[in-house]
Amino acid sequence: MIWTRKDLLGLEELNREEIELILGTADSFKEVSSREIKKVPALRGKTVVNLFYEPSTRTRVSFEIAAKRLSADVINIAAETSSVRKGETLIDTGRNIQALKADVIVLRHGFSGAAVLLARKLDISVVNAGDGWHEHPTQALLDIFTLKEKLGRIEGLRVCIVGDIAHSRVARSNIWGLTRLGAKVTVCAPKILIPPGIEQTGVDVSCDIEEALSKVDAVNVLRMQFERDARDAFPREIDYFRKFGITRERLKKTGRDIIVMHPGPLNRGIEIASDVADGGSSVILEQVTNGIAVRMAVLFLVSQAHDKRISAD
Amino acid sequence: MKEKARILDQEAVKRCVTRISHEILEKNKGVEGICIVGIRTRGAHLAGRIADCISGIEKEPVDLGVLDITLYRDDLTSISQQPVVHKTEIGFDITGRNVVLVDDVLYTGRTVRCALDALADLGRPRTIQLAVLVDRGHRELPIRADFVGKNVPTSREETVEVRLTESDGRDEVVLKERGNE
Repeated sequence: MIWTRKDLLGLEELNREEIELILGTADSFKEVSSREIKKVPALRGKTVVNLFYEPSTRTRVSFEIAAKRLSADVINIAAETSSVRKGETLIDTGRNIQALKADVIVLRHGFSGAAVLLARKLDISVVNAGDGWHEHPTQALLDIFTLKEKLGRIEGLRVCIVGDIAHSRVARSNIWGLTRLGAKVTVCAPKILIPPGIEQTGVDVSCDIEEALSKVDAVNVLRMQFERDARDAFPREIDYFRKFGITRERLKKTGRDIIVMHPGPLNRGIEIASDVADGGSSVILEQVTNGIAVRMAVLFLVSQAHDKRISAD
Repeated sequence: MKEKARILDQEAVKRCVTRISHEILEKNKGVEGICIVGIRTRGAHLAGRIADCISGIEKEPVDLGVLDITLYRDDLTSISQQPVVHKTEIGFDITGRNVVLVDDVLYTGRTVRCALDALADLGRPRTIQLAVLVDRGHRELPIRADFVGKNVPTSREETVEVRLTESDGRDEVVLKERGNE
């Protein structure tokens, strides 16, 4: 299996072998972070630009650490402090970064499809760090990596994703990645947060969290973003926790050990109870650690593929 | 590629491993402070055999590790085949130890240069020694082996292929030459 894509834009377009190659490469990179000198020279002389149009700390820091552990130079651009405020378009900003001879742009943008658009217009690599409601591939990859590490496989696993499925790029990327690797996915949410036609991706739909939990090996709890969707039809926080919150009682009721994941940042007492987040089934902080290895793998693979393309020309 | 000659057969490989193991013990005056680190893939197999042999002779276990040098290569962009990154598995501190680095073939010395860089990032060994099954000459860097299974004079048009049971089903070393096939 050879990685040939100069970009990582989403998991929908990847085949099983490509996803497994990223996970396998990440597994090899994990050891680097356990060393005293947490650095390898693989991307020495490369420049990675984190271009973030939406506020993000954890994803940006994770990419920054990943790039630095590969010896790349990292520049962070936050849209609110850049020329974007002066009206520069995304493509113009991208072309300027390319003219500065950067090698990889890590893009976070509020519009679905932003990363695809930028990747088409540029020769340098683009890594999607979240675009609107579309995809957040590295988050899903680190979720899947963590699951695989904990349970030894993905094929045949049953995973529940609970939360705002309709507006979640994390949910979408997880659905593509998990189903492609042969896991069975159930999405669970209040009806209004389930996008119509989601069954066509091959997932089961449930509006009853206890029923959904009763038949899964792991649950991925999405962050409820009440600040983003302040609509009348939206359930109130307290109602949401009562109906869909992941609590110890609900987990106990299943009679099995269910792995609990969350992409962060946590809303304690809204989508997840505090004692569950801090409890023995939670792998939330391991997800954060694994995020570095996964992003190192992605940065390494896309820049390798890009260099190959240049030398082939 | 045409197979030109068989340099070592199974018995010869075994004798080389045994002799190198004895030489390592002789040079280091015993097993104390020694650790064996093989370069993936075939160097790691040989390292495992040398470690087994040494602990068999001395009746003492010897630390064994595996080094993946992909991330340290200076030709990552120019090699035609995309390398697959594997794990480095060295579960002990190499600082202050006598590290015996093991590879199958010593040729230009570039692989060993990468391995030295990789080891330097893992700690500060007291010494690093190099053991190879075959030294075929044509060095491009100031690197030499401390322990050599067999010196094989070659031309640049030839290649030396080491086959080991662990990865190739049998033990042998063959000399190949670019033919007109």
